[in-house]
Amino acid sequence: MNNRLKNNIFKYWAISCTLFGIAMLLIFLINIVIDGVGRLDWKFITDLPSRKPELAGIYTAIMGTVWILGLTAIIAIPIGVAAGIYLEEYGKKSRFANILEINITNLAGIPSIIYGILGLEVFVRMFGLGNSVIAGALTLSLLILPIIIVATREAIKAVPKTIREASFALGATKWQTISQQILPAAGGGVVTGVILALSRAIGETAPLIVVGALTYVPFVPQSPMDQYSVLPMQIFNWISRPEKEFATNAAAAIIVLLLITFIMNGFAIYLRNRWQKKVKW
Amino acid sequence: MKKRNEKIIEFFLALSGAITVLTTIGILWVLLYESVLFFKEVSVVEFFTDTQWTPLFSDKHFGILPLISGTILTSFIAILVALPIGLSIAVYLNEYAHPKIRQTIKPVLEILAAIPTVVYGFFALTVVTPFLQTLIPSLAGFNALSPGIVMGIMIIPLISSLSEDALYAVPKSLREASYGLGATQFQTSFKVLVPAASSGIIVSVILAISRAFGETMIVAVAAGLEPRLTLDPTVPIATITTYIVQVSMGDVPQGSLEFKTIFSAGMMLFVFTFILNTISARVKKKFYHKYE
Repeated sequence: MNNRLKNNIFKYWAISCTLFGIAMLLIFLINIVIDGVGRLDWKFITDLPSRKPELAGIYTAIMGTVWILGLTAIIAIPIGVAAGIYLEEYGKKSRFANILEINITNLAGIPSIIYGILGLEVFVRMFGLGNSVIAGALTLSLLILPIIIVATREAIKAVPKTIREASFALGATKWQTISQQILPAAGGGVVTGVILALSRAIGETAPLIVVGALTYVPFVPQSPMDQYSVLPMQIFNWISRPEKEFATNAAAAIIVLLLITFIMNGFAIYLRNRWQKKVKW
Repeated sequence: MKKRNEKIIEFFLALSGAITVLTTIGILWVLLYESVLFFKEVSVVEFFTDTQWTPLFSDKHFGILPLISGTILTSFIAILVALPIGLSIAVYLNEYAHPKIRQTIKPVLEILAAIPTVVYGFFALTVVTPFLQTLIPSLAGFNALSPGIVMGIMIIPLISSLSEDALYAVPKSLREASYGLGATQFQTSFKVLVPAASSGIIVSVILAISRAFGETMIVAVAAGLEPRLTLDPTVPIATITTYIVQVSMGDVPQGSLEFKTIFSAGMMLFVFTFILNTISARVKKKFYHKYE
């Protein structure tokens, strides 16, 4: 076969592959909007769950997601950022830092459901937290820690050495340099990474099923020890029902979940671009 | 005083890092401890040779093979979809596409990776399965094919993104030498760039397989939760992950033998993904020194 012909055949094949990916995304989104948008109204968002599909709402699931997200953020952000600072600024050559580094790479590759098993044994059973919001949040925190750590390190790495040296030259201590010079300069990158990590946590279903998130919760959690459901759990539950009306509910709830995910991702990308443009070393 | 404060701060920062080590130790300890308890009641030989997995029935069998076959089957279908498409996209974006197109398409494809997996499950069950049933009338409502394909679509961006990075990292001189000899883009891509970037591409594929092994919700929604030792993609199956979900959703008493099965199943999943991740880390390490 002629080389040029081969080249062109591949070109069109590769373009169709790319279009296939984009087409799937579109079919997927359009299909869900068609299925669910008619069911989506304010009442659907503020109604309690119900065994009757036409009465069921996602209020408790949304509030559960807000609780889980809030607690996960409170737990995971300080630990993740601190660990990132340690690895990048302090432990550079130590053996401990080397072990940490290999370990974090490994953790990032462990399936999320395994974190669920860890949470079930340690938080739910050993700590006696039961099927509580805090047990779920602790589990998700461990899951997203590697993402936050890696993002923090990348952001700190991007701060040039001169800033650090200038600060030291003025007599600042190491921690003063980090807290007053490096962290403010790296802030945009850290925040972007944190938002992406949290948006990952919002969509996680499998680990929360294992640590006991419920599919039917008629009340909003009042404290971290209360039982809860989350949006993806509610969606999973509705998908699993044979009645067609529940599939419509699932599609409507998916629109809400996707909106939250896309807004968070979009915001993270916006921050990253702004940060990259603003800071020119 | 100042010096002591500095030390205290460093200690707390190191402590935060240590939590990640505790996580790994915790995972290993939990899986090992509960698996040992499990294997006190079920023989290792039965676990690896019995062809049935029915811990939740009255006639109990504890053969992990049906769950492994289900996991491998769905992952295999996913890779079959994602590898040719993902790699073609990577080559196209790297070698053929205008930089502007590349800049637009990459983030659009990455949206695919940001969608929560339970949403993909809905797509598999309500769109892909009915569509496939028009092509294959004998296809069951729950099957391995549809979640496998959808999982493949989900991991396309993983392969295309990482492979494209690997292709991009190949030194310009190699590409220019190839064009200088009169090669077409196709020849340059597949005879020079892809071989040069092969370790990076292999890493992306291994990570994709590892991701597919651990994927839970798509399969839980669309594959049927029926452990079955088969390579037939048209019938209901279960995977290691979906079995864990199934037990967690049911009312199995904690501490019972049925309950312990999720730890032994989890152990298998952990071992598989750990091996894959270790291989990819090794390949990656080698790759980074190649063109320095």
